[in-house]
Amino acid sequence: MITGLLVFITMRGLATFWPVPLEAFQLADDRTLLGEVTDRERIANDDGPPISRLLVRVDNYELTGQHYEWVDDTAVVNIEQPAWATAVERLEGGRFHGTPQTFYEDGEPAAEGPEATWNRFTAVHPQVRSRYWQARGIDKHDRGRVQRELRAARLAVVQADLDRGQDSPTYAAAVAAETEIQRRAAEEVRRFDEQTAALRDENARYEIGFVTADGIDVRMPVADIVRGWQPNRLSWSGKLAVYLDRWQEFLVDDPREANSAGGVFPAIWGTVAMTLIMAVFVAPFGVLAALYLREYASSGPITSAVRIAINNLAGVPSIVYGAFGLGFFCYVLGAGIDELFFEASLVADNQPVFGTGGLLWASLTLALLTLPVVIVATEEALASVPNSMREGSYACGAGKWQTIRRIVLPRALPGIMTGLILAMARGAGEVAPLMLVGVKKLASDLPIDGVFPFIHPEREFMHLAYLIYDVGFQSPNSQAARPMVFTITFLLVAIIAILNIAAVWIRGRLRRRFETQQF
Amino acid sequence: MPAPSDTQPPDTAASPTFAADDRLVAVAAGMEVPSEVHEQVSSEKPVLEIDSFNLWYGQKQALHRITMPIPECKVTALVGPSGCGKSTLLRSVNRLNDLVQSVRISGDMRLNGDSIYDRGTDVIELRKRMGMVFQKPNPFPMSIYENVVYALRIDGERNRGVLDEVCERSLRGAALWDEVKDRLADSALGLSGGQQQRLCIARAIAAEPEVLLLDEPCSALDPIATGKVEDLIQELRGTYSVLMVTHNMQQASRTSDYTAFMYLGRLIEYGPTTEIFTKPILRETEAYVTGRFG
Ligand SMILES: Nc1ncnc2c1ncn2[C@@H]1O[C@H](COP(=O)(O)OP(=O)(O)OP(=O)(O)O)[C@@H](O)[C@H]1O
Ligand SMILES: [Mg+2]
Repeated sequence: MITGLLVFITMRGLATFWPVPLEAFQLADDRTLLGEVTDRERIANDDGPPISRLLVRVDNYELTGQHYEWVDDTAVVNIEQPAWATAVERLEGGRFHGTPQTFYEDGEPAAEGPEATWNRFTAVHPQVRSRYWQARGIDKHDRGRVQRELRAARLAVVQADLDRGQDSPTYAAAVAAETEIQRRAAEEVRRFDEQTAALRDENARYEIGFVTADGIDVRMPVADIVRGWQPNRLSWSGKLAVYLDRWQEFLVDDPREANSAGGVFPAIWGTVAMTLIMAVFVAPFGVLAALYLREYASSGPITSAVRIAINNLAGVPSIVYGAFGLGFFCYVLGAGIDELFFEASLVADNQPVFGTGGLLWASLTLALLTLPVVIVATEEALASVPNSMREGSYACGAGKWQTIRRIVLPRALPGIMTGLILAMARGAGEVAPLMLVGVKKLASDLPIDGVFPFIHPEREFMHLAYLIYDVGFQSPNSQAARPMVFTITFLLVAIIAILNIAAVWIRGRLRRRFETQQF
Repeated sequence: MPAPSDTQPPDTAASPTFAADDRLVAVAAGMEVPSEVHEQVSSEKPVLEIDSFNLWYGQKQALHRITMPIPECKVTALVGPSGCGKSTLLRSVNRLNDLVQSVRISGDMRLNGDSIYDRGTDVIELRKRMGMVFQKPNPFPMSIYENVVYALRIDGERNRGVLDEVCERSLRGAALWDEVKDRLADSALGLSGGQQQRLCIARAIAAEPEVLLLDEPCSALDPIATGKVEDLIQELRGTYSVLMVTHNMQQASRTSDYTAFMYLGRLIEYGPTTEIFTKPILRETEAYVTGRFG
């Protein structure tokens, strides 16, 4: 059952990026469609035998108004696979299917016919793309830095006002500094504008013209094209190259088009970081709690009550933890931190720093959610340490803590690791509570970057499990995004598997050290 | 931990003498009988004195007014049918029974004159003065080396030279050195059962204890390993004071200087091993050590 599920997810997930042939369907109503066959089904027919029909991914959304179209077998006059049929992934507007026709430079045709046009395109495209990335880098990093400097200066002014009042020399100095920074920022922004404008003007020189299957001419800037391929012409290795290129984009890039295209890197990062931080929190707390319960607390009604409470915690719906995390971590702890350390930010533009969802709070919430798992597993591991070992240690003159630290804990470590693995597997796939405490549809700033203080645990982040929900059910063109859902799911399963395999590996190494030999 | 006075046994000195045949029957009937302790025992210098020691597991009394001195630098064997309280007595010596919740005791023991059950006694310090080897080998989940020097480690000893020296001396003392000297860093759990038991002995003698407590050290071993451990006990005689529980009469007669026969929580007869095995005072003792018991 589980295997079947995993095989299904894996197959669908891995297939998404493989270039599928583009087929041209000549229809009885004189239309011609160019697209990928994605599904095939038989439907009942009132008069006659059931007819079969095909689901064709037609795309060209701006022309057709749809991404997919059902085509009855009976309506098809002719099917062929034109050699030069091209699939193009664009920055915006989804995919485009057509045949390359003309290459334009500075508005003038520079190449005619599919082959010449495409050769020209492949020659120019890498440079255009690199200029595009350059401009984007300036927009994202340099302008971002200027914005941060401006905000820091603004906050310094507000802070000076709060601390010393408006008449103080500190305040005057802060205002002067802000003015200076504003002046510098305006200069820098002007420079950035010039640089990006130059890059974009250079890119705008190149355009490519396609003709659709219905004979409509479409002209688009080369810079808008992420990649293009002719699946009908491609050899097996050529297809593999396209496939790997798409995987690479998927793994290392930011998302595009409302998350339905591009990469999912921020979400991978968020998932892994959150799971690891969660493990870092839950391990010591869970182990300490279990140690106390098993080794120190005398067994009585209170201890059993605590045990029952812990077991009940495991059954609380996860969204309740989300609500608790939002109410306690964000609104009580976070707001408290903000009032103490980030007052200026609150006063300046009412923008909470820790007082809203973020990576730290999400990790803590999940740590709480998985705490019972770790406690129960650790208690069991402690109970499984043979009494003879403890007695041996006591007989050597060891105290209680020495016995626990040197004998009991090392022996119990593999079992504790098992609990942690279960906790991580549970935590990494949890979505509901995360939606309340910091996971966002789109969060382009990672919680760790080159900006001081480099680690920003208060930042909101993306998460694969939430991305599945968002892409699959919230996306404007959910059918086009459906293959992505499988790919992201596959990725999530793979990441959880990798985290678990790593933990199992560590546990295996520990276990080998403490292997018991029976005789 | 004073015991309720109503469960205190009556003073044995005033008890009537029993016909030899009837003693065990009398004990089984719940009566108190005096222990027959041979003269020679009291002539030895004792390292450990057990003094009117009683022990209860909950309501059940497991040790009845045990009084016996353990001679210094001699091997003393405890024999008796299963369940007669030998392990309980041994575990009482280093207060391992403190870990059992239901245990109550009365009476006292003294290690070289220091009270073991006094309120002010530091149990940890006390246990450091004794070594104990259990019925089943229980090496710790760590390397052979760390197992041996465990007692020193918990005392905070870090000097590698000292540790190395203790490790070698203890392993040689336990006749294990030649077998493991090339694999000291390996896990102790990879040793054979006999090696593990000798490792436990090495661990017990590492801190040079004043008494060595052995609870059926050979019961989990094959004859060859048993022979090695017996030889080892022979070598320890003279250097260490050993109190050893055994079910094996040959072993007791071969290895021990003194033998104590226990029955249902009482000390029945206690004397030099040769006397116990050849001319015991009580016929019950003779019956037990010759295997014609019960
Ligand atoms: N933890 C305990 N709780 C209650 N009773 C116990 C406990 N340990 C031992 N006893 C009882 O105390 C009595 C003496 O037990 P002990 O283990 O000392 O016997 P033993 O002479 O060592 O026997 P064996 O030769 O089988 O090891 C037995 O009746 C046993 O059932
Ligand atoms: Mg026993």
